[in-house]
Amino acid sequence: MKKDLLGIGDLTSDEIYLILDTTEAMREIGQRPIKKVPTLRGKTIVNLFYEPSTRTRTSFEIAEKRLSADTLNIAATTSSAQKGETLADTALNIEAMAPDMIVLRHASSGAGHLLSRLCKSRIINAGDGMHEHPTQALLDAFTIREHKKRLEGLKVTIVGDLLHSRVLRSNVLLLTTLGAEVWVCGPATLLPPGIERLGVHVSTAIDEAVADADVIMMLRIQQERMHGAFFPSTREYFNTFGMTRARLAHAKPDVIIMHPGPMNRGVEIASDVADGPYSVILEQVANGVAVRMAVLYLLAGGAEGD
Amino acid sequence: MPIVLDADRIGRSLTRIAHEILERNAAHGGIDELALVGIRTRGVPLARRLAKSIHEITHQDVATGALDITLYRDDLMRTAVGAQPVIRKTEIPFSIDDRRILLVDDVLYTGRTIRAALDALIEFGRPRVIQLVVLVDRGHRELPIKADYVGKNLPTAQTQSVQVHLIEVDGRDEVEIIG
Repeated sequence: MKKDLLGIGDLTSDEIYLILDTTEAMREIGQRPIKKVPTLRGKTIVNLFYEPSTRTRTSFEIAEKRLSADTLNIAATTSSAQKGETLADTALNIEAMAPDMIVLRHASSGAGHLLSRLCKSRIINAGDGMHEHPTQALLDAFTIREHKKRLEGLKVTIVGDLLHSRVLRSNVLLLTTLGAEVWVCGPATLLPPGIERLGVHVSTAIDEAVADADVIMMLRIQQERMHGAFFPSTREYFNTFGMTRARLAHAKPDVIIMHPGPMNRGVEIASDVADGPYSVILEQVANGVAVRMAVLYLLAGGAEGD
Repeated sequence: MPIVLDADRIGRSLTRIAHEILERNAAHGGIDELALVGIRTRGVPLARRLAKSIHEITHQDVATGALDITLYRDDLMRTAVGAQPVIRKTEIPFSIDDRRILLVDDVLYTGRTIRAALDALIEFGRPRVIQLVVLVDRGHRELPIKADYVGKNLPTAQTQSVQVHLIEVDGRDEVEIIG
């Protein structure tokens, strides 16, 4: 493993499998009466979050605590970022206090790479703008593998706001590296230009994209990143691209439905699908802790300056 | 590379240990109070073989588990450079509370693995007793730890290495001293 985890693009398939296998072992710790191991005792981890987050931040913090690391959380809304300090300056100041790792969530793509150049601490990207969210893709892959026992050859359909989604990029990179057949589907206005070059099938017709799918991943409509009219109304979006039980009928009978959260019920997914028998959405959240424990453990021993 | 235990000797050592385990624990309740916990990697097949021997003697099953001690090692974060050791699953599918636990490993050397295993095990509950079973005790302890059942005491130099091969892992049963 390298010093930092900035994106799935930096990982080989062997490294991805190592993380998934380590996750298996980490998950068992969460089922013990005492959910804590002494592995990262004495290590300090800073969770630096410039964007709102419940799931990812909580998940990282629980993972860090289960490995006995000392953790602190900095939310941009309560930090010196409010006084105009730049990300680089904030990072250098935190670095001066010698943490071992920094977990970064930032609205700008590439923020993790900036920190990686500036800091000796190991950097974990917990979502940078519209670029990558590697631990989300890893927990998705883990969840899929658990249900399907493999990733290779599966038809995975990703539907929704493809343009603004870092989860999409990380998932496409990971799933294609491991040999899944990836379909992406969304309104033409929300298709990132050149997406087909990532080796995915592109469709704007949901029934075609969903046909015989083993896995359907719904992405959130990211209204906070939309500075334009990408579709007429959320109601029309739901009618055209929302996941309903009727649409689900086109997929394989043992299809699983995933969503990285937070969900907009009635926009990209119907409530009875989100809460229905095919949904593994809460399993994804549970697996997120184990995946992050695996990443923290593996990076803690990563080679210096690699 | 002298071979110090062959397949036959390993088999007989384990059968003897199985009898010793039963004798020593006989006064303390039934087989259902016993549990074998093997330390990964090679303690696990040894624990399974002991369970099999105990079954052959008593026709009763002994609960058997596997313990991965990687996350409890005291040398884990000392080397800043290099890949982390691979972690495998700990599988203890029974409560260890008030049980008589037999911790099983292949070689007893510095005692540090056993220290880690004790720490790991105690987080699963409060056993009544923990006893230690090893196939080979090669000496050179760095911690106050002692085995309760030993297949063979093997005087070694610290420069030497003791390699245990088991069919389940290595395709053959053999203990050799290297160096």
